Amino acid sequence: MIEMLVTYGFFATLGCFIAGALLSIILSGRGAEKDSWLFAHALAVFGGLLGLAYGTAVLISGEAVTIQIGGALGFGSNILDFRIDGLAAFFFAFISGASVAASLFGAGSLKHFLGAYRLGAFGFFYNVFIGGMLVVVSADNALLFLFGWEIMAIASYFLVIFERKREENVRAGVLYILISQLGATFLLAAFLLLYRFIGSWDFDTIRASIDLVPPLWQNTILALALVGLASKAGVIPLHIWLPEAHPAAPSHVSALMSGVMVKTAIFMIIRFFIEFFPTPHMHWGLLLIALGAVSSLLGVLYALSEHDIKRLLAFHSVENIGIILLGIGAAVTFFSLGIPVAGVVALAAALYHTVNHALFKGLLFLSAGSVVHATHTRNMEEYGGLIKVMPWTAAFFLIGAFAISGLPPLNGFVSEWLTFQSLFAGIALLPLLPKIVFLAGASSLVFTGGLAAACFVKAFGTTFLARPRSSAREHAHESSLIILVSMGILAAFVVIFGLAASSITPVLAHIAEGVRGLAENPVPLVSPAQTIGLGGFSALSMLGVAAALGLGILLAYIITSLTSGRQKVTVSRTWNCGTPLTSRMEITATSFSRSLITIFRRVLRPTMQSEVEYHDAVSRYFTKSKAVHLSLPDLYRMYLYGPATALIERGANKAKRIQTGNLNTYLLYMFLTLMLLLLWALK
Amino acid sequence: MYSFAERPVFAPKGAGRSLCFKDTNTMYTLLKKVLSTPKTIMPRGEFTPDGEIAKIGERLRDAAFSSLKGSLAIREVAAGSSNAEEWELTALGNAYYDIERFGIKFVASPRHADALFVSGPVSRNMAEALRRTYQATPDPKIVVAVGDGAIDGGIFKGSYAIAGGVKDVIPVDVEIPGDPPSPKQIIAAMLMVVEKLGEKRRKTNV
Amino acid sequence: MEWLYLLLNTGLIAALSPLSLGIIRKAKARMQNRVGASTLQPYRDLVKLFRKDEVISEDTSWIFRAAPYLIFGSTLALAAAVPLVNFTAFSPTGDVLVFAYTLAAGAFFLALAGMDTGGAFGGFGASREMMMVALAEGGLVLSLVGASFIAGTTNLAGMALMLPALSGGALVPLILLAVSFAIALLAENARYPVDNPATHLELTMVHEAMILEYSGKRLALVEWAASNKLLIFTAVFVNIFFPWGIAGSALTVLAIFFAKIALALISIALLESVMAKLRIFRVPDLLLSSFVLSLIAILIIVV
Repeated sequence: MIEMLVTYGFFATLGCFIAGALLSIILSGRGAEKDSWLFAHALAVFGGLLGLAYGTAVLISGEAVTIQIGGALGFGSNILDFRIDGLAAFFFAFISGASVAASLFGAGSLKHFLGAYRLGAFGFFYNVFIGGMLVVVSADNALLFLFGWEIMAIASYFLVIFERKREENVRAGVLYILISQLGATFLLAAFLLLYRFIGSWDFDTIRASIDLVPPLWQNTILALALVGLASKAGVIPLHIWLPEAHPAAPSHVSALMSGVMVKTAIFMIIRFFIEFFPTPHMHWGLLLIALGAVSSLLGVLYALSEHDIKRLLAFHSVENIGIILLGIGAAVTFFSLGIPVAGVVALAAALYHTVNHALFKGLLFLSAGSVVHATHTRNMEEYGGLIKVMPWTAAFFLIGAFAISGLPPLNGFVSEWLTFQSLFAGIALLPLLPKIVFLAGASSLVFTGGLAAACFVKAFGTTFLARPRSSAREHAHESSLIILVSMGILAAFVVIFGLAASSITPVLAHIAEGVRGLAENPVPLVSPAQTIGLGGFSALSMLGVAAALGLGILLAYIITSLTSGRQKVTVSRTWNCGTPLTSRMEITATSFSRSLITIFRRVLRPTMQSEVEYHDAVSRYFTKSKAVHLSLPDLYRMYLYGPATALIERGANKAKRIQTGNLNTYLLYMFLTLMLLLLWALK
Repeated sequence: MYSFAERPVFAPKGAGRSLCFKDTNTMYTLLKKVLSTPKTIMPRGEFTPDGEIAKIGERLRDAAFSSLKGSLAIREVAAGSSNAEEWELTALGNAYYDIERFGIKFVASPRHADALFVSGPVSRNMAEALRRTYQATPDPKIVVAVGDGAIDGGIFKGSYAIAGGVKDVIPVDVEIPGDPPSPKQIIAAMLMVVEKLGEKRRKTNV
Repeated sequence: MEWLYLLLNTGLIAALSPLSLGIIRKAKARMQNRVGASTLQPYRDLVKLFRKDEVISEDTSWIFRAAPYLIFGSTLALAAAVPLVNFTAFSPTGDVLVFAYTLAAGAFFLALAGMDTGGAFGGFGASREMMMVALAEGGLVLSLVGASFIAGTTNLAGMALMLPALSGGALVPLILLAVSFAIALLAENARYPVDNPATHLELTMVHEAMILEYSGKRLALVEWAASNKLLIFTAVFVNIFFPWGIAGSALTVLAIFFAKIALALISIALLESVMAKLRIFRVPDLLLSSFVLSLIAILIIVV
């Protein structure tokens, strides 16, 4: 069974997605819009299941699978080479798994798009998007990788602007594609430089002959690749597309973009910094940790200031990418300083957080999408009391919120624990400079956890609890069964990945060793009794924690049932000092986080504008109305992108002068160029 | 004529010296003062009833109320009072009367309360609020009308602006007369209430 | 056998926490020249509350009804991990990060319960509580992590065992870590100078504001959970940062432990009697200074 999967699974998976794309176009062309949507998403579900099975099969079989199509099709070169080693199989598996849940949700959200837009294009681009991501993680050739990268970017661009009747979606899409192409240019430059020194696009050749690249150029290539990949991952300050594009896309696409697409950039960062360049200088690891620390803190602070639920979740993606980068940076530092054991643990922590984030962020986006579909608004200030009409969605959102805040016994806590342990190991073992950077990383991680919990109390509380703040709740009802099933799958995995941590961590440690080629020194990560033990310093047993919490709650119930049996419970109105209750009395999302924003005002620079209207403009004693606008300025556009684009525009305007429109000057240019070339050729 | 140049300038003594030293000095002197101040507390015997103390309803002898004997939580409701009763109630917690030693304390919300201390004739604006407060308090609960105004309107009896005494709005269990009743009277009344709560029970008929 | 010790830990903490609250209140009353309620008064309060009826707001959901059980359960799970009676009982919740994050989980549910009622007080109480939890976590986690660097293990019971065997070189960072943990203790348990646990003014409430809607047995659970948290923090504080008198027969260990706890509680009461509560936007200064103290201590340890 496993051998069959390993042999045919790859083509079967990609075939499903290609079939889904084509079928969607064909059916939509024939006018069967509903069928095209359902078939596209059904084939995506099927392909996702196959991909999940394939990835798991490759991981179980334990060896890398190489697929070379180029020779068979007569191309001669190895452009169409795929290689699925442990790391690629892991990413393949969870990308496909996330797309199963997202596609189920998509299939259930048909009626929101039917009749408003042409659905055939959506199905096509959706399947191409997922297929592109799978190609990105399995490519063994730089050109194939870039091809997959571009497909992924362009397909997701079309998905972002799908609801094109809203102006801001189109603007978001344009910003997204611009930054995406900018990043791809940097990546292309990095690969071009690699080709120049090594002479081949093939990853195997690059891995084998990396020493042909001189050290200065190594750092240049790493810098270019980092900029390109960081822009896709959403690292600050290259993140400005994330909070625009993720809310603009339909909800299941947002779940995939935020949960899975940014992880392909993480995948390539791991390949570049740990696999291709096995001895990067320690400063790269420290830089990654610094970027991770900044991204996580700033991401969560910006998320606190948001009252659009999807923008809030998008900023949390920035934060979690920061946490993943903390783990990767720690791994790079350990590997460069020759402590492979700690490096493997750090890399395993980063991989664990990658898959955990895909799971709980997907869950959060899907439940947010469910809420948005029910209430037709993304503004949290208009929500409230939805738990009474959408209890399942609320329960799933709560599980996701609990997990993303890193609270035990769910999965977010385990990966944060592992990241902490690797940072502590660095603080204990390393020389002075990395010690201090690791300490800064650990401090930022501590604050990030607390602030993320605060932000999700706000998000869950204002959305689901208390009384409705507007009439948005009147027509809201629970989502259909298939949507609930899609969220339930992810929620179940969130719980499983939390409780089964001691089974999953050795698998990830094994993958991390495989990345580094350390298979002959297995890291003893798990000691018996279901505990993850790290060298006698610390131990974690998630089952034990869950059991302790469960027993505690059980004891609480037993105590109350013993002491108070016959008391009755009356339901009455909320106590608010006897005054009439209105929806204006509840706390709003903006005011919930106002105290934290005021504390961090030097970093966030909040602005407040008030508009006052007086009854008599001359005497200005009695106000008629007053409006206060609280907002956060976009500092990156003000100080980074604004000046940069202004500079480029000025330079472009100056360069425009060579286009005079006069035929004689163009002839002069051609003549001068010919002279220069002749001189150069004759030298 | 008072010349500007001669006006007295008051500078705090020791200004310019280090603040830290002054602070610890202050805390030390404060501690010394605390430890050397004589006890000012009124002994329990002072709260013996003499004269008309309070009218206590029969409902307090229900079995459900016995759990309130050891610990009574009070919520004050000022329903149009002249605030004199509030001053007296606030004085209950000071170092002379110290109602806390009898297990009685003031709480911030009617949901936490066992007893509602209502003062003042219930003005019409406060009638609905008082009813809501009463509904917000969980059973078993006691309502105490503090002061003449709360009992039947006091000096405002018959006014158009009040709803009568507290008993015209919510059922009253204890009435403490006085305008305002002194803390001694209030504590004497509450001690009688607590005694009654601890008496032999009869089951409720509900 | 270890199960028995864990259960004993949990039982002792749960049984003694109202007494610790009573000790603090008695000490404060004495400082105010009053007699004050008896030290056993919190027990009577809890018994009365368990026997009272409840009134629940119609705007609430299952979160309001379930939160007290979840919060109390989390404090019981933590109580098993406190190094109290027998130190070789390594509880799964004894890891310092599990400790800190379980406390955060309890605060998470309390804040949600505060928001669930839809009243103004619960909402801003939740906002302030989450602000303080988020900022105090820095000092809390890093002080315990610094102590674990000194002791060589992140388990609380293990730390209590290892720390007495140290030389004087670890004294300075240990003092800094103790101060940092003390500030986190005051912040997380709603004590002065961060919060006033006895205030009646809603605008000055943080912890109290979230529980204004609770009554009856749920209020009893929440108040008991708060006193559990106080005793757990105090027990961790005295056993890890002042680890003298841990070895010996069970009776001497218990006696010395109770003496240390009583001393710590009376110092909290003294602090509350001489200090004023801080303005809310001065509180982050205090919490971040606790964080910085831990940072300095960790730097001293590892550099």
